[in-house]
Amino acid sequence: MGIIVDKNTRAIVQGITGTQGSFHTKLMLEYGTKIVAGVTPGKGGTQIHDVPVYDTVEEALEKHPANASIIFVPARFTADAVLEALENGIKTVVIITEHIPMKDALNVMTYAQQVNATIIGPNTPGIITPEECKLGIMPAHIFKLGSIGMASRSGTLTYEIAAGLTRKQLGQSTCLGLGGDPITGLNFIDALKMFEKDPQTKAVVLIGEIGGNLEELAAQYVAKEKYPKPVVAFVAGRSAPPGKRMGHAGAIVMGKTGTAESKIKAFKNAGVNVAEKPSDVTELLARLVNV
Amino acid sequence: MKLFEYEAKRILAKYGILTPIGGLATNVSQAREIAARLKPPFAIKAQVLIAGRGKAGGILFADSVPEVEKATEKLLNMQIRGIPVRSVWIEEKIQINKELYFGITTDRFNKSYVAIASAVGGMEIEEIAEKAPEKVIKFLINPQLGFRSFHASQIARKMGYAGSQLVMLGKIFESLYRVGMDYDAELIEMNPLAETFDGKFVAADARIIIDDNALFRHQEYKKRLLEGESELTTQEQEAVKNDLAYVKLDGNIGVIGNGAGLVMATLDTIQYYGGKPANFLDVGGGASSEKIAAALKIVLSDPNVKALFINILGGITRCDEVARGILEAKEKAGVTKPVVIRLVGTNEEEGKRILTEAGIHVLESMEEAAQKVVEISK
Repeated sequence: MGIIVDKNTRAIVQGITGTQGSFHTKLMLEYGTKIVAGVTPGKGGTQIHDVPVYDTVEEALEKHPANASIIFVPARFTADAVLEALENGIKTVVIITEHIPMKDALNVMTYAQQVNATIIGPNTPGIITPEECKLGIMPAHIFKLGSIGMASRSGTLTYEIAAGLTRKQLGQSTCLGLGGDPITGLNFIDALKMFEKDPQTKAVVLIGEIGGNLEELAAQYVAKEKYPKPVVAFVAGRSAPPGKRMGHAGAIVMGKTGTAESKIKAFKNAGVNVAEKPSDVTELLARLVNV
Repeated sequence: MKLFEYEAKRILAKYGILTPIGGLATNVSQAREIAARLKPPFAIKAQVLIAGRGKAGGILFADSVPEVEKATEKLLNMQIRGIPVRSVWIEEKIQINKELYFGITTDRFNKSYVAIASAVGGMEIEEIAEKAPEKVIKFLINPQLGFRSFHASQIARKMGYAGSQLVMLGKIFESLYRVGMDYDAELIEMNPLAETFDGKFVAADARIIIDDNALFRHQEYKKRLLEGESELTTQEQEAVKNDLAYVKLDGNIGVIGNGAGLVMATLDTIQYYGGKPANFLDVGGGASSEKIAAALKIVLSDPNVKALFINILGGITRCDEVARGILEAKEKAGVTKPVVIRLVGTNEEEGKRILTEAGIHVLESMEEAAQKVVEISK
């Protein structure tokens, strides 16, 4: 169970021959993820960790049916790679690549909506459903099978919080990295909707940060829909000054928009438990969930 | 990357949008020459990238060339929130009948560009949205359809214009959209877009922010950012060169970490325990030992830094690489300030061994480490 990826996920890796693509293919295989083929134009006919490599997604899929793709290609070629996967019928695409131009991201997202595909990222650590499928670059050993669903805008902060949960025996159903860019395929509301339908998920953790208003919208959603599962949130960037981009392209306070205060207030007003420090997430959850 | 007003206005003019006639001066004699070519009265505007420059005294007016010289001298000797004014833009002051707002930015939730227009202008758009929400027109742009002529006309009509003025205004909106697309703008706005007494429209002020991730398509500006006139501090420039995300803050605890969210949470935790972070520095994913060494050098070159907190949670970043980088920097740069290190994740054992053998203590909990560094900094 869990959301988006599970033991039935069969994935291809686009950009498999690059340093990161090759390294993480190995780790995903070790975790048990079904990686059926890789794609790098010009490298067709070779193999990476016994995974056959093809020049095009089309050819890879002719020989190895797949339902997901994970993308490691450099930023300026990423839009092309995503469109290639979508046009060939793949419905779940994880974009690990960072620094994709916003204009490219917007074009890709519009097409993905038309073909009803799910895009995770860009600039994401990926997604993991413990013991079933890891489609990403997260260190696997910090995750543990359980009932907490997580959605986050930040990679390492997800690891920090997941590791804390795992230490306290609070396992996870699925951990979903939304991505650190302003434009991402999924947002917190999408994640909340999916976790609501997943019977394995008993509580949801949302890890937000400064920039934009997606946390505020998620808070409104929780209040309006009387969200049936407990929600705990953490928002990074209380100490961030306005006008400065805090590493992520999406993490910036502009004028009055995007402050941590506004997000925390919105969550609290919606009855969402807000953690003061990353480790408080575990404590809040331990009180809310019986595991 | 933020463009200066003069850069933005030059681009707009190239696309046929009316802007006040003017020129850029970096000294008084240039200012004199420019003013002599223009018709009074004049506006003299400090070229800085900070919002609210008008309120900070960065915009002056003059009726004669000698007054322009005086104003220029005053501005060039001025600092606006710590940023020295290096150039001024001198232009013919336009007579404004009405101030409008028009801009294009992105809508994260709807994943599209959004055009924002208002028949009330001259203040920040958030302020307009707060004071007169009914006057703010938002139009989501489908990237495949683009922003068409009829969209522009619809917006102009909602702003209360008709006939030839509607057409004129529509053309300006369309042109601004083209500038936005051609320059990969994440934000582009004319504020105010001024309606003059003879019914024309002039971009009295303009702002363009280019998407940093698209700078490879705009080499001329990337070059300006790295070499030319920019408002980056020495540390910030070094960070850009080394591909590190660095933001200077005003505290005394230097911070280095991997991953933007984790570093932000580290700053918050330091603040939670009563400390003050001196900077944000994200070494990114999979940092090499050289990169870690460069990061240490940048943070320690800030004289305000009293103690350093390195917070690494290894995923793609390997703890042994980080440990080697710390030792490398220690040898080369001679780190004399106290360092608190928290290191967990991939190759954690090897990393700890390297540091422990060199006599550096490593902590496992971020909060414990944060408390310790706050204590040292006091």
